[in-house]
Amino acid sequence: MTTKDIVLDHVSIRFGSFTAVDNAHLTIKGGEFFSFLGPSGCGKTTLLRCVSGFTDPTEGMVTIGGKDMRGVGPNKRPTALIFQNLALFPLMSVADNIAFPLEVRGIGKKERRKKADELLDMIALPGVGEKKVHELSGGQKQRVAIARALAVEPDILLLDEPLSALDLKLRHHMRTELRAIQQRVGLTFIYITHDQGEALTMSDRIAVMNQGVVEQIGDPEAIYNRPKTAFVASFVGESNSFSGKVSSQSGKEVLLETPVGPLRGIAAGGRTYKPGDECYLFVRPEQMTIANGVQPDNSFTAQALKEEFEGNARHLFLNSQGVDLRLSRINLGAKTDDLSGSVITAGFSADQAIVLPHGPLAGT
Amino acid sequence: MNKQTGGGPLAVGYSLLFFAFLFGPLIIMVVTAFNSSSFPRITPWECFTTEWFGVLFGNSRLMGGLLNSVVIGFGVVCIAVPVGLAGALALSELGPRLRATLYTVLITPILVPGVVLGISTIVFWGAVGRGVGAGYDSLFFNGMFLTLAGQVTFVSAYAMLVFMARLQRFDPTLTEAALDLGATPGQAFRKILLPFLAPAIGSAAFLTLLASFENYNTTVFTIMSQSTFTTALASKVRLGTDPSLSALAVIIIGITLIGAMVNEAQTRRKDMLRSGRAAQSRVYGNPVLSVLVHPLSVFFLLIAIVGFLSWQGSQQDAGVCKQQILDGKRARQEELLEAQRERMKAQKAAEEATKPTVSTQPASPSAFGGAFNSLAPKAEPAPAESANPSPFGGAFNNLTPTTDD
Repeated sequence: MTTKDIVLDHVSIRFGSFTAVDNAHLTIKGGEFFSFLGPSGCGKTTLLRCVSGFTDPTEGMVTIGGKDMRGVGPNKRPTALIFQNLALFPLMSVADNIAFPLEVRGIGKKERRKKADELLDMIALPGVGEKKVHELSGGQKQRVAIARALAVEPDILLLDEPLSALDLKLRHHMRTELRAIQQRVGLTFIYITHDQGEALTMSDRIAVMNQGVVEQIGDPEAIYNRPKTAFVASFVGESNSFSGKVSSQSGKEVLLETPVGPLRGIAAGGRTYKPGDECYLFVRPEQMTIANGVQPDNSFTAQALKEEFEGNARHLFLNSQGVDLRLSRINLGAKTDDLSGSVITAGFSADQAIVLPHGPLAGT
Repeated sequence: MNKQTGGGPLAVGYSLLFFAFLFGPLIIMVVTAFNSSSFPRITPWECFTTEWFGVLFGNSRLMGGLLNSVVIGFGVVCIAVPVGLAGALALSELGPRLRATLYTVLITPILVPGVVLGISTIVFWGAVGRGVGAGYDSLFFNGMFLTLAGQVTFVSAYAMLVFMARLQRFDPTLTEAALDLGATPGQAFRKILLPFLAPAIGSAAFLTLLASFENYNTTVFTIMSQSTFTTALASKVRLGTDPSLSALAVIIIGITLIGAMVNEAQTRRKDMLRSGRAAQSRVYGNPVLSVLVHPLSVFFLLIAIVGFLSWQGSQQDAGVCKQQILDGKRARQEELLEAQRERMKAQKAAEEATKPTVSTQPASPSAFGGAFNSLAPKAEPAPAESANPSPFGGAFNNLTPTTDD
């Protein structure tokens, strides 16, 4: 389906001296569920507005299905945007909202009505056509916004954090629903979110962005398990990070001198480091273990500060030589001791740890 | 009311005083419209009459001014509302610094005294008129045109303020959504923004109409030799007032009350329908009552009442009562005159009695040495000659309705 591919060709967007998007270069395949993931202010919404035609790229260009989109207004593009606040028209009924794209194209009242009913059936909300928008619940509004966007059968559906206003349960439900709709209608979805859970569960591929730069593009597993930059490693999922200097590398295994002592990890992406390189070692909280008897590759003593219970897991907050760490244990139902206040030996195996060159971390 | 919120006699007394302050003048004004006394007053009550309405409608200057005001008001609404809307839209699209500057510029006409606006309007358009070599009978020296031009300058700013307040609550992503869904900018404006602004357009039109209608400061200059309702009213009041102005107040209050009641009926009905409790409601659930409280039926009912009262009023004739009052006054005057004559007679008799003994004394015992003697009794107007019972002794005779210009 190359005809519907979206190509961002070295796109940069600047507002005055501020660079919102810096040289984004990527291809989104037709029919793909593609997510842009990043913290607020990373430029992902700007990029989306650029694809939908509200913002022009300062440099580079966007092509959709091989057609240059420069000078093509938002009302002429084969895209439909679902806004963060949904932007349903409050003065119109639900059916009028859904039929609006048909109305402005001069399609007759009868046909509009028929199409609106079809779409309402598709989103499993039959019979709400006469209601006003404010009479719907959050999840229903969500689905109406999708139906409205689908009314003109666009090639690409752009979604700007559409789930952020919903409560947790509904959000989880809508994730499944969105994915199902996408697979049913076979459209390209471009999804913007700062919620990694959403990105990981729904997407075919994810682009992680930070400060206008696309840091990594890959499928959810690659993004989570094989981060390519320090930012991706720290932003996607929880991570413990140790800053240190490389002492030696043998094959993939790197030995790092850190404040808690020497630690071993795997060089990400087959990189080679010279002794003395400033690096981070990342390890997931669920990969950390409390070493009692069995000696893992890496171990160090740490002060247990407090313990948090989060239903499916217990999170133990540690401090070792000024490094704040987190250790998660799956809740298996058995009673475990509250370790807060005691000194423990924590550890992890070397092939669960990733060594990446220095770079900005998320939330710093 | 409870203690915390300040119940008790003091609060009640204060409330009564407050409402008396608010509505007292209006009530007195309404009552005076129906008193036959040629000066607007309640006491002494003379006769119930509706003739002042007739006097009001018979005043050609006021009625001509009313027509002018309506024409100008309509023109001002037609120009000021679109201009105000355009200004508000422009302001909402600008960056913050430019917006502040433009806002100040656009709002200045409200701050400039109306007198200054009026004079400068004449001067400006006069200069333009002379510049293009137009004569004094041209548009540039026409009072209606100048008033329209002068009023639009500041009335548009009122309209703009109304639109700005409404636009602040508009979500600009709605327009973007419309564009994204394939609407042209024109369609997005017509189908999304205009319906949202509809209530503001209504209130802006109403506000501009009122502002134009009641404006005096600017209009009194720009209207030149013509007159609007307000300027005609002002010049009439300056020369002395009669209850036909109270009659006008009654009409205005009546229109306001009808408008308020119809609006209230409309609001209540809308709220009830929106809440979805209409079917259970005692009033809105009942088919007969539901029709009865519909704003349109309320309107027609009130119009019917007003029509009936007007018809009754037009049939009313206060002639007999007024004749009685006149006769009563005449009798009283007669009485006073008689008493005066008696006093004079007694005085004369006393004078005669004292004359021989005190010849050097002036003929009158008056403190003024009789200097005003010639003015005393004979100067009293004979009641038969005075058909006017006015307390001003006929000083305003030339103002009475029939002779009014």
